[in-house]
Amino acid sequence: MAAVANMPVSDLLKSFKLKTKQQELLIRVSILCLVYILAFITRLFSVLRYESMIHEFDPYFNYRTTLYLTQNGFYDFWNWFDYESWYPLGRIVGGTLYPGLMVTAALIYRILHFLRFAVHIREVCVLTAPFFASNTTLVAYFFGKEIWDTGAGLVAAILIAVCPGYISRSVAGSYDNEGVAIFALLFTFYLFVKAVNTGSLAWSLASAFGYFYMVSAWGGYVFIINLIPLYVLVLLITGRYSMRLYVAYNCMYVLGMLLAMQIRFVGFQHVQSGEHMAAMGVFFLMQVFYFLDWVKHMLSDTKLFQAFLRITVTCAVTVGTIALGLGMLSGYISPWTGRFYSLLDPTYAKDHIPIIASVSEHQPTAWSSFMFDFHILLFLFPAGLYFCFKRLSDATIFIVMYGLTSMYFAGVMVRLILVATPAVCLISAIAVSATVKNLTVLLRSKNKGVQTGSTKGSGSSKASSKALLDQSQPFQKNGAIALLFGAFYLLSKYATHCTWVTSEAYSSPSIVLAARGAHGSRVIFDDYREAYFWLRQNTPPDAKVMSWWDYGYQITAMGNRTVIVDNNTWNNTHIATVGRAMSSYEDEAIEIMRSLDVDYVLVVFGGVTGYSSDDINKFLWMVRIGGGVFPVIKEPDYLVNGEYRVDKGAAPKMLNCLMYKLCYYRFGEMLTEYGKPPGYDRARGVEIGNKDIKLEHLEEAFTTSNWIVRIYKVKPPNNRW
Amino acid sequence: MAISRYVLLVVFTIAMLASTAMSDPILTKVDRHVENPGPLIMSEVLLAFPELQAKNLAYLMASSHETKGKPKGSVVSLPIKAVNLDERPSAVTFYSVLLPKEVAAGESFTLDVLAVFTHALRPVPEHITQVDIQLVLYRDSVYYLSPYEVKVQSLTVKLPDSKIESYTKLESTKVHGSEIKYGPYENLPPFSLSPITFHFESNLPFAVAQELVREIEISHWGNVQVTEHYKLIHGGAKSKGEFSRRDFQARPNDRGASAFSFLVAHLPARARSVYYRDLIGNISTSHLRVDSRKTELMVEPRYPMLGGWRTAFTIGYGLPLQDFLYESEENRFLNMTFGSPMIELVIDTLIVKVVLPEGSSGILAAAPFPIKQWQETKISHLDIGGRPVVVLEKTNVVPEHNQYFQVYYKFSGLSMLREPLMLISGFLLFFAACIGYMHADTSISKSSASYLAKQQWEEVQVLIQKVQNVINRCLAMHDNLEASLRDLSRTGDVQACKAARKSADGLLKELSKEMKPLLTSLQAYSSAAQILPKVEELVAKERELQEKVMLKHSTAVEGYERKSGARDIDHRVALLQQKITALKQEVDDLLQFIDDI
Repeated sequence: MAAVANMPVSDLLKSFKLKTKQQELLIRVSILCLVYILAFITRLFSVLRYESMIHEFDPYFNYRTTLYLTQNGFYDFWNWFDYESWYPLGRIVGGTLYPGLMVTAALIYRILHFLRFAVHIREVCVLTAPFFASNTTLVAYFFGKEIWDTGAGLVAAILIAVCPGYISRSVAGSYDNEGVAIFALLFTFYLFVKAVNTGSLAWSLASAFGYFYMVSAWGGYVFIINLIPLYVLVLLITGRYSMRLYVAYNCMYVLGMLLAMQIRFVGFQHVQSGEHMAAMGVFFLMQVFYFLDWVKHMLSDTKLFQAFLRITVTCAVTVGTIALGLGMLSGYISPWTGRFYSLLDPTYAKDHIPIIASVSEHQPTAWSSFMFDFHILLFLFPAGLYFCFKRLSDATIFIVMYGLTSMYFAGVMVRLILVATPAVCLISAIAVSATVKNLTVLLRSKNKGVQTGSTKGSGSSKASSKALLDQSQPFQKNGAIALLFGAFYLLSKYATHCTWVTSEAYSSPSIVLAARGAHGSRVIFDDYREAYFWLRQNTPPDAKVMSWWDYGYQITAMGNRTVIVDNNTWNNTHIATVGRAMSSYEDEAIEIMRSLDVDYVLVVFGGVTGYSSDDINKFLWMVRIGGGVFPVIKEPDYLVNGEYRVDKGAAPKMLNCLMYKLCYYRFGEMLTEYGKPPGYDRARGVEIGNKDIKLEHLEEAFTTSNWIVRIYKVKPPNNRW
Repeated sequence: MAISRYVLLVVFTIAMLASTAMSDPILTKVDRHVENPGPLIMSEVLLAFPELQAKNLAYLMASSHETKGKPKGSVVSLPIKAVNLDERPSAVTFYSVLLPKEVAAGESFTLDVLAVFTHALRPVPEHITQVDIQLVLYRDSVYYLSPYEVKVQSLTVKLPDSKIESYTKLESTKVHGSEIKYGPYENLPPFSLSPITFHFESNLPFAVAQELVREIEISHWGNVQVTEHYKLIHGGAKSKGEFSRRDFQARPNDRGASAFSFLVAHLPARARSVYYRDLIGNISTSHLRVDSRKTELMVEPRYPMLGGWRTAFTIGYGLPLQDFLYESEENRFLNMTFGSPMIELVIDTLIVKVVLPEGSSGILAAAPFPIKQWQETKISHLDIGGRPVVVLEKTNVVPEHNQYFQVYYKFSGLSMLREPLMLISGFLLFFAACIGYMHADTSISKSSASYLAKQQWEEVQVLIQKVQNVINRCLAMHDNLEASLRDLSRTGDVQACKAARKSADGLLKELSKEMKPLLTSLQAYSSAAQILPKVEELVAKERELQEKVMLKHSTAVEGYERKSGARDIDHRVALLQQKITALKQEVDDLLQFIDDI
């Protein structure tokens, strides 16, 4: 693309007396600057459409911890024991989070304040993700330059700047680990590839630090620590072993491991957990390889070497296996976790870990969402792979492996599309850049002939016509032009698609819901914040709120009240207890709630507005998770012939469980839609089955204006006399 | 001062208003008709309040009632100060009003006194459910507490509603709808008291701001930014039991009637960029009505405010500087209203912070009533030392306190330029640093092979650039010659063409001289080895081109001198021209190739 842009501007630039090189540099730098800005501003749709606020669920926890970090300093943050979540267990926050994001935001905040920009920490948090997305475009440029050429780098920067797969996790306000982590991931990969290409200790040191940053930011670092050894292994097998690789990998692995141990949440996992063993195995393999190389160099006799090779390999493999086996048996090396298994095997979570399977972003990806998030990149990706295979090098092997593995994981879980996005963008950029370059080379060679001919006037016309006749293929030029136009048409379609997706689909904070009114006006449902703010202002400061874990982070961050469970989901039993309470009858539930000191119960209900991701629709997961720990709760009790319903035909247990009662309390009197009977649930489109709900131990404390959030107060026990 | 020496006959008309929209305060309006029958001249009048009321007293104003010849609007308030009297019981607080003129014996004088009390209404019962109506209790004395003897006095109590639960019945009590009249009573001795209580229904919004912090930030670039942080509570009967949204939505008038769901702020005209938010984000339920005289902001808290419920929010708006700031040279003063723009609000603690621009001095604040004040600094955008802040604090503030206060300060207009200059110099420094970085040599080892090779390569590049430069100049000369040929064919001026040829010859010779040392020095570099053949080829081609151009030129000129036909000349030159074009193309290609390295 740079080459194309070069042509019309070049005349203008000649007047500035710039050399072609300088012109190219100028154009490249200005394109990069524009892309940098574009990547930032396209993510501001959410601020324009809604406001400068933190989105979704997890970002609220991150925001709360960042606030704590800026107010109390790093030391307190590191040692923070949070009493407000997981009551009565609490949570050692400093030791159970990846602090990279918070430290980054706090650092940016400090720097801005040092430069005397008195910004609020919320603004910093909201804009952290777009800022890092902009930085990612730069990294993508350098990465593309490293594996292909500057043209591919520029295209990659542009593609990744607007790619919906990445935007979905990095719009302004989506203050989540991924926002920073994708930058760190790509940066680490880039530095490692650079280290492999140059064999420079400096670059591999840099990649170790990049890895450290990634480990501090996101649990996805496991992908790096498995992909890089795999890549090294492939290079070894394909006979591409070199001193450069040896230096790069050893330095990166040893230093990266030591640095990663400094993160409390990761600790000694690099030497103790099964997920990290591949890296260690490859590390030792590398040493064996090097040793053999040296022996081969010393021994002149090939036969002797063959024998030695056999012995060494056998020894190394046996020692390795024994060490691994002993480690596993003694429990020193922990086996693979369920999360890891569920990545390799998409069906694993469904059978074994309902809490993972219950999250919508952990579902297997549908084709439509691939199309939605990648658009034309999905077709350019194989083309790019073709170009990569055609010009195989250490760097292209890496990007091919990154692309293929991440595409597999993207297929397993929706949220991992994010990890695949940079690879897809880079590989597609290679396809675009190589194609466009080939086409423009065709065009340029002819254009020159035409140009010189025309400027020379009548005298040279014969010569130029001769030059034209030299061309072997008659319609080459026209074909090239047509193809170029086709490419630009596709790319412009991509740009419009990305912008549309960003503005329509990925900019909603999901705290504030927007809908179109009857006359096309925008209706805003701000019920979540209404409820959380009510909790914050009108309940005792030490009140404990029970809700399904989805809302835990939001309640602690916005409502500033203690919750029983939250989105951290580290204690399955505790969550199952809440699930059990929600799916029991009221008098059984009250026992559980009293044992947990619950003062308020919060449920989300979409029956009035037609908001479908409410607690009734999530209820089966509560039953499943509760039933997973407490066999008293049985899923079939809530189903009728395997069907989940809330109307008259619903199971009796369903109609009288706590969740049903809390959601539909006094809903039976309510007219929600014209022409429908009272108690018509708009989210499920049925008239509810139990309209006469009496609460014995709970009372309605607050219901938001659109009924989306309902809060109930647990009544004190009755006097005995 | 001994009051007992005066024997006063005073006529009182006390009107007590529980104003309609007011939340807690009770307005007591006292018309005092003062007559001085004594032998002495009187210059001040004492007002007495029992302790119960004195601690709720928010605002007290006395004005003379002499309306003769004066327009009604211009009421001059009289200076009031609190006095301590040793002889009187401590349960009574005295304020003394200085009369505008001395009242001689036998003369009379009418005084209007307006006193506003807050927190004087007590909800009874204290807790109500959503269906109950809110009842409040008010206590007072039927006789106006006075250190003087009172001649005639009557009392009118205006209640917000005619629904009265109970009231103290005395002789001569009359009820007219929501008004209760007591009196008139005559010849009361000093300090007479007789308690009365009213228990009545009131669904007025009891909006109390427990704390209001108003921050007024002046920017001399044309804006006064006002930010108001409210901490609000419904001060009426506390709600207990269920809050049913269903009932509240279906029958808002009798289910949760005492709740209020919105407040109206009357902002100054030309207020702009109004916002309304709280700790966790924007609050979307607000309406702004703008016309030329006022800006009306209706704010709805996130949830309806039931009894005892709290909320907190912030509203902010910008005002044009010229409407509020007055200046003469370096002396400036800000003139703004003190209280909240919400007129239905009682404020327990009001803190007004006026943030002046950095570099202001000689700061002085003046308010029409006594307030606590001090100074602090605030660090905001691009501040070095911080901005001076005048803090004014007052408790028990009612809308009657919405009077103008002034902050005087000195500020030099040049200081305004400080921040832009800081920004400009910051960017300048950044660019300078970039330039410095680009030119700095950051390599650690100066003797390593790669470093030397890199340096050598740079030198080679410089040389090649010079070669290119020379070649380009040669090509320009060729163009000149071509141009002279074209001129020749147009004008037939052979001499001019020859002159051009001569000068071109000289220049080209010089250029080829210039080229020689460049080529020899290029040969010295080992790293130039792979580019050198190309460069040499370029030079050779250029020389060939030069020769051909010369030949073409001389042929054409000769042709003209011989006066042969244009076609003939063209014919002769054509072959040369073809070669020239081909050569030019080659030279261009070579230049491009060298450029790309």
